[in-house]
Amino acid sequence: MIDFKSLMQPHRIVMMLIFTGIVIWCAVSLQWDWIPKYGPLALQGIWTTIWLLVVTVVLGFLLAVPLGLAQAVGPWYLAAPAKAFCTIIRGTPLLLQLWLLYYGLGSLFPQFPWIRSSELWPYLRQAWPYAVLALTLSYAGYEGEVMRGAFKGVAKGQLEAAKSFGMPRLTMFRRIWLPQAIRNVLPTLGGETILQLKATPLVATITVVDIYAVSSRVRSDTFIIYEPLLLLAVFYILVAGVIALGFHWLEVKVLGTGRRNGSFG
Amino acid sequence: MAQSAELLSLSPPGWGGNLLRGLSHSLQIAFGAYALGLVIGLFGAYGKLYGGKVTRDLLAIYTTVIRAVPELVLILILYYVGSDIINKISAAMGGGRVEVSGVGAGIWVLGIVQGAYATEVLRGAIQAVPPGQIEAAKSFGMPAFMTMRRVTIPAMMSFAVPGLANLWLIATKDTALLAVVGFNELTLETRQAASSTRAYFTFFLAAGFLYLMVTLFSGGIFARIEKWARRGQPSLKGGSR
Repeated sequence: MIDFKSLMQPHRIVMMLIFTGIVIWCAVSLQWDWIPKYGPLALQGIWTTIWLLVVTVVLGFLLAVPLGLAQAVGPWYLAAPAKAFCTIIRGTPLLLQLWLLYYGLGSLFPQFPWIRSSELWPYLRQAWPYAVLALTLSYAGYEGEVMRGAFKGVAKGQLEAAKSFGMPRLTMFRRIWLPQAIRNVLPTLGGETILQLKATPLVATITVVDIYAVSSRVRSDTFIIYEPLLLLAVFYILVAGVIALGFHWLEVKVLGTGRRNGSFG
Repeated sequence: MAQSAELLSLSPPGWGGNLLRGLSHSLQIAFGAYALGLVIGLFGAYGKLYGGKVTRDLLAIYTTVIRAVPELVLILILYYVGSDIINKISAAMGGGRVEVSGVGAGIWVLGIVQGAYATEVLRGAIQAVPPGQIEAAKSFGMPAFMTMRRVTIPAMMSFAVPGLANLWLIATKDTALLAVVGFNELTLETRQAASSTRAYFTFFLAAGFLYLMVTLFSGGIFARIEKWARRGQPSLKGGSR
């Protein structure tokens, strides 16, 4: 991806030296003594962030497939609600959705005795189920729209060929329609997954302790502002890079060629 | 239902006035940030296309970093950096600590974020303009700025409008993030109203409705702008849209 030769131009070498200088200056003159104390908490936070990202992307995508299908070929009584869902999710801020679910449902549930006495209550009192729900619905809303285009984009001849061979509808969907649709939107999905990564810090506002919440705690405990934020930014850049590389690898593997039309971020 | 209507009424026992004030703050920030983002984006796009090697690399770093780091983190970093710089300047000029206004800070922070996205949108749009048109302007001896104003920008509009419409929607929704740093925009006003009346669903649904109206209304406006920008061009897909 990154060509070694292209890095070895004079102006880039100078820029890299300056960058190294800045990093060394940061390492020497900024305050890093809080790291050992907050290290374990930070690791937990990183784990929470990654876990939230993976779970909500997988669940959201599973939800997006029927949403896209309903909009692409479904009858109106399925297409209209799916479209309304996608419009509402895409038209309102995620923070508002998150707070609506957390504070709204959180204040509604305790009013019902049967919920309070149910097995699920210990979980419903915590914040993370609401975080997972909100992030999943959000990813599903955005991806539902993407998948609508993807399903429509599969060439009709392919489906007709499958039909003419007498392939059952479910098999046709599983073997031909879905794989091709996913193949077409793989670059978009990579960008959307990075967007989802960037949405995860919002869960800190409903008391889920992800890596962003850890950095906020460092800031409010020690009054050190820039150091935790810089590390946080570096962390997100690294994870975004890993996601981009992962999807690139997947594209090369699935498509056979490294099409570089995936937008980064 | 009657209770909800009472809570949402505009005069003081209801909180509708607060919500509308929050909405107007949100829209002010969104407008300002969008405008700032467009200016940065235009310079950024020109720098990326026609700038020197160093400019191009620096802009690549700017757009990559901004698009890889969560807006929430950027907002905090830019907010602290911005207020530090202003306070340093004010101290150097012999003044005291300056309180940064919420709207101004929001515009500065979101504008820089928007700028990175706008750079990419506009760069793509400028690249889509047939190079012959710009070369023709050059060959007639048109100055660079006039070429931009008379040829490049009008010709790229039709390619840029869909991306710019998306950016505007992102700008309106990103204003909600400023709630986290305590600006009184719509989402924070809503939460304050909701937590003091305990009517969470009423207020969050009302705010969601307001955001949705902004989205749908802007969608209509941008559809008209796109139609205007495409005037005189053959339709792309046989009018399927």
